[in-house]
Amino acid sequence: MADVVLSRDLARRFTNGETQISVEAGTMRALVRELETQFPGIGAVLGDGMAVAIDGQIFQDFFLEEVGPNSEVCFLPAIEGG
Amino acid sequence: MPGNANGYKWIGTRTIRPDGVDKVTGRATFGADFSLPGMLVGRILRSPHAHARILSIDTSKAEALPGVKAVVTSADFPEIPPSEAMKGSSPPNYRHLSQNLMAREKVLYDGHAVAAVAATSGTIAGEALSLIDVKYEVLPHVTDVLEAMKPDAPVLHDDLFTGGVDPKPDKPSNVAKRVEFAIGDIEAGFAEADVIVEQDYTTEGIHQGYIEPHAVVANMGEDGQATVWCSSQGHFMVRQYCAGLLNMNIGDITVTPAEIGGGFGGKTTVYLEPVALLLSRKSGRAIKMVMTRDEVFRGTGPTSGSAMTIKIGAKKDGKITAAEADLKFFAGAFPGAPVHLGCMCGFTPYDIENVKAVGFDVVTNRPKAISYRAPGAPIAAFAIESAMDELANELNIEPLALREINAAREGTRTAYGPTLGVVGFEETLEAAKSHPHFSQPLGPDQGRGIASGYWFNVGGESSASVSINEDGSVTVTSGAPDIGGSRASLVIMAAEVLGVDIDQVRAVIGDTNATGFNRHTGGSRVTFALGMVVVDAAEECVQQLRERAAKTWDIDVEAVVWEDGAARPAGDNAGKFEPLTLGDIAAKTPMTGGPISSKKSSNVQGPGPAFGTHICDVEVDRETGQVKILRYTAIQDAGRAIHPGYVEGQMQGGVAQGIGWALNEEYIYDEDGRLQNSGFLDYRIPVASDLPMIDTVIVEVPNPTHPYGVRGVGEIPIIPPMAAVANAIEDAVGMRLTDLPMSPPKVLAALSNGE
Repeated sequence: MADVVLSRDLARRFTNGETQISVEAGTMRALVRELETQFPGIGAVLGDGMAVAIDGQIFQDFFLEEVGPNSEVCFLPAIEGG
Repeated sequence: MPGNANGYKWIGTRTIRPDGVDKVTGRATFGADFSLPGMLVGRILRSPHAHARILSIDTSKAEALPGVKAVVTSADFPEIPPSEAMKGSSPPNYRHLSQNLMAREKVLYDGHAVAAVAATSGTIAGEALSLIDVKYEVLPHVTDVLEAMKPDAPVLHDDLFTGGVDPKPDKPSNVAKRVEFAIGDIEAGFAEADVIVEQDYTTEGIHQGYIEPHAVVANMGEDGQATVWCSSQGHFMVRQYCAGLLNMNIGDITVTPAEIGGGFGGKTTVYLEPVALLLSRKSGRAIKMVMTRDEVFRGTGPTSGSAMTIKIGAKKDGKITAAEADLKFFAGAFPGAPVHLGCMCGFTPYDIENVKAVGFDVVTNRPKAISYRAPGAPIAAFAIESAMDELANELNIEPLALREINAAREGTRTAYGPTLGVVGFEETLEAAKSHPHFSQPLGPDQGRGIASGYWFNVGGESSASVSINEDGSVTVTSGAPDIGGSRASLVIMAAEVLGVDIDQVRAVIGDTNATGFNRHTGGSRVTFALGMVVVDAAEECVQQLRERAAKTWDIDVEAVVWEDGAARPAGDNAGKFEPLTLGDIAAKTPMTGGPISSKKSSNVQGPGPAFGTHICDVEVDRETGQVKILRYTAIQDAGRAIHPGYVEGQMQGGVAQGIGWALNEEYIYDEDGRLQNSGFLDYRIPVASDLPMIDTVIVEVPNPTHPYGVRGVGEIPIIPPMAAVANAIEDAVGMRLTDLPMSPPKVLAALSNGE
């Protein structure tokens, strides 16, 4: 089960304050789909202007990325540089 | 070929810069250097008011002036409704972008574009601007972030409701967004602390200060096909934004990049290009537009200014138990301050169990803020690294030692969520501690400051090709403007893979038709991300070269290896053949299957985040308040420095800009909200005589996702300087300056007041 970490903003809006959620998924697409099933509405937010860090590596475009069985998946705002 | 202690032939060597001769001889073609036959001159009319309703615009007299060929206002731009503001892939907010490049209904800052003309000469264009009659209803304005947040502040946008709060506000305000990042239990963390420091800080809005003003030549044909020549941080970005703003097909626009005379994040958007295209469409002629310096300051993006409160608690042994930041950044006229990035980066150098960072994105009557090296991070770092210094003083622990006690490392959980992978922060601290600068004695009124910083770095869409030419030379074509030496680094990486002499490889920045899409040059991404694509393409060329040798020798390709720029039999069983160099194979390609080349495109992910630690010595003149930088050493984890000279250049440039941010740079507005210092005589950036030679130390903790270990290097060096300077001033005179810039009048006032 991947360990999903959400910001407190997202947790307040969608998960009743829960910032850490375990999800069974092999890819980020499946993980977001599963989160949407559990917390309706969160999928659209996660797919719009968000990045993820999978085991510490940041992915700006992440739907095709693989998720390991014990991966840490953190959603964070997309990052723009100068 | 030179050898290298790191085991590579070219990686890590200081090769001659591919763009160097053209730049030092003046042959390089920058944005303003390009011309077309019969082109017109475009000029922009700008608002004299900080905030006003546009009652009417009468362009008839300007249009009647002989020599004037076109006039445009916002009425000529497609109006972009909120529902289409974010269309397409990785879009800007097109609605705001359109309103920013030509005001609709209201002007929102001094310098906001109102109309544009194209004429046969600059003189006529200037006269035409004076004939445009704009009637305004002047409105109350606000340029200060804290004033803009007050309930009775003038509201810039009637449709702006604060996001990120519950319940959603029922009244519009200037606060576009609230963000929060937190881990642990902040109250429990502070309850556990033996010592707590808490302080307010402010920073001013400052400009990126690139030497080259914005410039463009645009030419649109009757069939709607358009060509744009301009200097920017991303010609694909220019193409995408112009198409989105003008409802054009992306494929109908070709953008050719000029050399760029500095960007630093400020050229990651468009100002002139869509206007020039509209003028060209309306006049049927090519249009050239070049901003004056006054226009650059009044009309293009600065970075945010801020008001911040930092609170840090620690045990007596120096271990931090809790850290809290309240960051309020102004975004200028439209939302988008990088406050979330400040919240995310600020405490990341430290392993802290309980962290809370809250940010507010606030609109004000200033030009819309745009990225500036590591957007948001330097602002937060000024406050947080100053507070770290205060904490060190309170605890009577040497400031660098306090950082060592709390240093983040692989496995540290950040406040914004992820656990850090392989990072080199501790290595930068160790390098700082062992540097001679750290122990050099100081004199009276001299002080030393330490500060650190963190930046994510980014990757992104990257496309490039590697072509083996008939004579054995190699061309690397990529689609991201070279701002900080990317041509040199791409050439080095291609030469390393191919095993050829560096002089055989040339790098070209192609136009938008030459390669696949490239994300703009920013986020310290190009050497990392485009480098991976070029390495990939070069490796495919090596495979093709091996195949051609195998055909020539009539053996299996698996029996051919590529070593030192030549195909060789893998062993005795493969047969006895003389090596075939790249040149040998290139000369025979018509007989072995045709040209050898490889095109690659990828959305490169996994940039290695980076840390830096700086040491700054200052001397404070107690009579004038002037702060002199005596010595400065910047230490940074570059992962692997492909071209150390360019990495050092990035570090020195970032420090120089940071020192300007610390000591002098600020936008000065009068009581009517008009900018008073829109030129380099009054907006003072550091000049060579202000600075010592900036010492650099490159730490190399390789990024595991890059074949050579590259981390981005362009943004980290501007993060620590403001706090390093402030901490040095405090060390010199025992006074904590909390408001940037720490200019002579402020320093003198602090000394006089005994603050």
